[in-house]
Amino acid sequence: MTAIARLRRTIARVRDHDLWHDFTASRITVAAAAVTLAIVLAALFAPWITPQNPFDPAELDLLDAFTPPVWAEGGDWRFVLGTDDQGRDLYSAMLHGARISLLVGFASVLLAAAIGVTLGLVAGYSGGAVDATIMRIADIQISFPAILIALLIDGVARGVLPRDRHDELALYVLVFAIGASGWVQFARTVRGSTLVEKNREYVQAARVIGVRPAAIVLRHVLPNAMGPVLVIATIGLAVAILTEATLSFLGVGVPPTQPSLGTLIDIGQDFLFSGEWWIVVFPGVLLAALILAVNLLGDWLRDAFNPKLRKGVAR
Amino acid sequence: MSAPLLEVEDLRVEFPTRRGTLVAVDGVSFSIARGEVLGMVGESGAGKSLTGNAVIGLLEPPGRIAAGTVRLAGERIDGLPHEAIRRIRGRRIGAIFQDPLTSLNPLYTVGEQIVETVLTHLDVGARAARRRALELLGEVGIPAAAERIDHYPHQFSGGMRQRVVIALALCAEPELIIADEPTTALDVSIQAQIIRLLRRLSAERGASVLLITHDMGVIAETADRVAVMYAGRIAEIGPVRDVLKAPLHPYTRGLMDAIPAVGRDVDSLAQIDGAMPRLHEIPAGCAFHPRCPSAVAACGRDRPDLAPSGATEVACWLYRPEPAHGR
Amino acid sequence: MAGDPLVEVDGLVRYFDVSPPLLNRAVEGAGRRIVRAVDGVGFSIARGETFALVGESGCGKSTVARTIVGLHAPTAGAIRYRGTEIAGRSAGADVAALRQRMQMIFQDPYASLNPRWRVRDIVGEPIRHNSLLPDRASVAARVAELLVRVGLSPVDGEKYPHEFSGGQRQRISIARALAGEPEFVVCDEPTSALDVSVQAQILNLMKELQRALGLTYLFISHDLAVVYHISSRVAVMYLGRICELADTETLFGRPRHPYTRMLLDTIPDLEMGGRDREPVAGEVPSPINPPSGCAFHPRCPYADARCRTERPELKPAGGASVACHAVEEGRLG
Repeated sequence: MTAIARLRRTIARVRDHDLWHDFTASRITVAAAAVTLAIVLAALFAPWITPQNPFDPAELDLLDAFTPPVWAEGGDWRFVLGTDDQGRDLYSAMLHGARISLLVGFASVLLAAAIGVTLGLVAGYSGGAVDATIMRIADIQISFPAILIALLIDGVARGVLPRDRHDELALYVLVFAIGASGWVQFARTVRGSTLVEKNREYVQAARVIGVRPAAIVLRHVLPNAMGPVLVIATIGLAVAILTEATLSFLGVGVPPTQPSLGTLIDIGQDFLFSGEWWIVVFPGVLLAALILAVNLLGDWLRDAFNPKLRKGVAR
Repeated sequence: MSAPLLEVEDLRVEFPTRRGTLVAVDGVSFSIARGEVLGMVGESGAGKSLTGNAVIGLLEPPGRIAAGTVRLAGERIDGLPHEAIRRIRGRRIGAIFQDPLTSLNPLYTVGEQIVETVLTHLDVGARAARRRALELLGEVGIPAAAERIDHYPHQFSGGMRQRVVIALALCAEPELIIADEPTTALDVSIQAQIIRLLRRLSAERGASVLLITHDMGVIAETADRVAVMYAGRIAEIGPVRDVLKAPLHPYTRGLMDAIPAVGRDVDSLAQIDGAMPRLHEIPAGCAFHPRCPSAVAACGRDRPDLAPSGATEVACWLYRPEPAHGR
Repeated sequence: MAGDPLVEVDGLVRYFDVSPPLLNRAVEGAGRRIVRAVDGVGFSIARGETFALVGESGCGKSTVARTIVGLHAPTAGAIRYRGTEIAGRSAGADVAALRQRMQMIFQDPYASLNPRWRVRDIVGEPIRHNSLLPDRASVAARVAELLVRVGLSPVDGEKYPHEFSGGQRQRISIARALAGEPEFVVCDEPTSALDVSVQAQILNLMKELQRALGLTYLFISHDLAVVYHISSRVAVMYLGRICELADTETLFGRPRHPYTRMLLDTIPDLEMGGRDREPVAGEVPSPINPPSGCAFHPRCPYADARCRTERPELKPAGGASVACHAVEEGRLG
């Protein structure tokens, strides 16, 4: 079979799949997917589609500061959406900022998922004291707001790490803080699916064959527990991006020389009442659009993976 | 015999899907006399439960009755508005389903549930309704009914729960009871008790029963007549003794020979090769012909209708002159 | 009994702790709750025979099966395979090799196959896991051969389980069991989720495979007619114990234990139709609080004071083994 024929068959399979039909039937989901895709692509290709590198101080000119958007009085075609207090082109800064926001979001969700899925599988499959210990820790952690945990981890990290390396390590600290605050959801869900799957007969069949527990968990249980994980990860992505924005807004996130969307909003709010509204509004709208779109996708995924709900929709 | 209580004529149930319309029940006709137990037997996917659901207006969308009529005591009840069919369902038709747990509300005692149903359908006071509930529980064989009436469903065993469901179905003295696999979830010793109860109730109250099951044994023990379904159609319908002892349709014969029996020493069971066709690939002509050992040319071409052969009606060309080609 | 025993089960006990969690027990003052799923079961299975365990739900028949294949550890008692102890502490390294000759077929054809695996991977798993064949090509050839053996086609290996009917899935299950090159197969209600015409196909296939490959079966079922058809010896279980054990002809021809009689009386008679039988009253009690003495005494028309206090042991009675005081005392023939 040639590669093209194979690709054709895959495309045909996808187009024939219930999920695809479910997806195309929901216009709002298609719109959400389009918005998400557009923002992700724009962020990914930011260096090539923006006129300025906002992270490079050499490219900034303080004399350009506070330029309003082009359509406003005093606008400048070089800065379509205006500039901030440092003379950063807002359009460039937003896409580069979205890049950071998405990077932190994806990385911390991956981390949270990795921790949560592992602990959930271990807890669910081993049961007994291991299960009880892991889940009690989860219970304790979830009784604190995630942002508080993230702030705590961030604070401790700043205290422990040498001062001169703060900026350099800020991104890693942020990812770790957000990731470590979000694993509980994953662990709980995966534990639940694991408890169900481990009593299914196909898992017992593998045990009779003599497959070792680790292999059973990885090859049999995990693939069948991934559906809900995808849903949580999508919704978790929105939460992580928002948490990053909040932390940056509070000034404990990324360094101000590399502003994320949250940092831009933080910078902008100082000038909101002095007339430079664009600095806060444009990043704010982009952030809101991104969060909304990702959340809508997550909602759709959750419904699509839940056959009971789907039946309800068909009625 | 007087006019039949339930008459179903040319019933057709369809499921529109994005890959085309599936016909799950195709031209099914039968009737049930007053006080009669009609068994409807078939393997999974034969359309027997859908037939039952269509009769009581409980088809799950997108399934719908596409053609045919359902008459209860001469009145058409298919296509009635939601509210009207719901009233008939409680008052004149009682329903018993396979899983007793889903038919009962776990948050109310069985007494409360029966009393509420009685109050909805009969014109009696609260005290009389409770007395009636006690009677019903006693009648379906629940020991210490006076005490058990205030228990919640989860406090009953599976067999006792099914008795409660039957009591609930009997509340309004329905003329027709539709029992869909009422014994399938139960152990064999409990099965025998429930079968006996159904028979007794039908005999004592003169209620008609449509008993839907995959189990020939249950049919043999309970039904007066039996309809054998295959791929959404009735293959054969007739008195239980005739159909089970001397089945006419090759499918019924194959089915009966495939059932192992105590005392029948055979090295291998007769088997019908292949499987029931899925709804989107039902063959033309007689739906059974690709698996049929006695198929003739007409079977793949023309669909046989039910026609009498002795006391039984059978849809098979073997019992009728073959149709002229290109009819 | 012909031949040496392949499997011996001796005084097998398996309890399940279904107590609420420690915290709830402390707060609510509730005690431990122990389900006595299997409470002293012994039998042996000869090479090449089909031994059936029959009983109603909760009688412990499936637990016995699962304990034998190692899905549960026994609470007490011994399981020997070809004379080697394979359960519990004394089990050594050679046990893995013995266990490989023991495979299982499950009840639910929809749950027993991993929905995300292709059929060829499902059937090939025992081969790969036990390194029965050297390379991928020979595994693929063997899988194709097995699929044909159970009445499927080699191209079915590329498909996923959801593309098959219940009967076809059970064939895949059987192919997987055969892939481990077993001599002993535990069949846990392999046909009770299937339609009768499909059941006949599967039972015929199992019999044919037994003949061709010299398999020994432990067959678990609640369906007496199926048991009569397929097995050579039968043990009837009630609340975790065996109440009667005999070869099939004897058990069905002349049941002795009152529970066996009751079970046989529940078999519907397809020939007569509409006959009225007196079903046995009552239901199976909970295995958490089994009745004292003989567990069947609350439902037994022949029970007396001794039955209520003293637990009957399996004793020979006219070609069968029966655990019943009434039979032993000659009150019941």
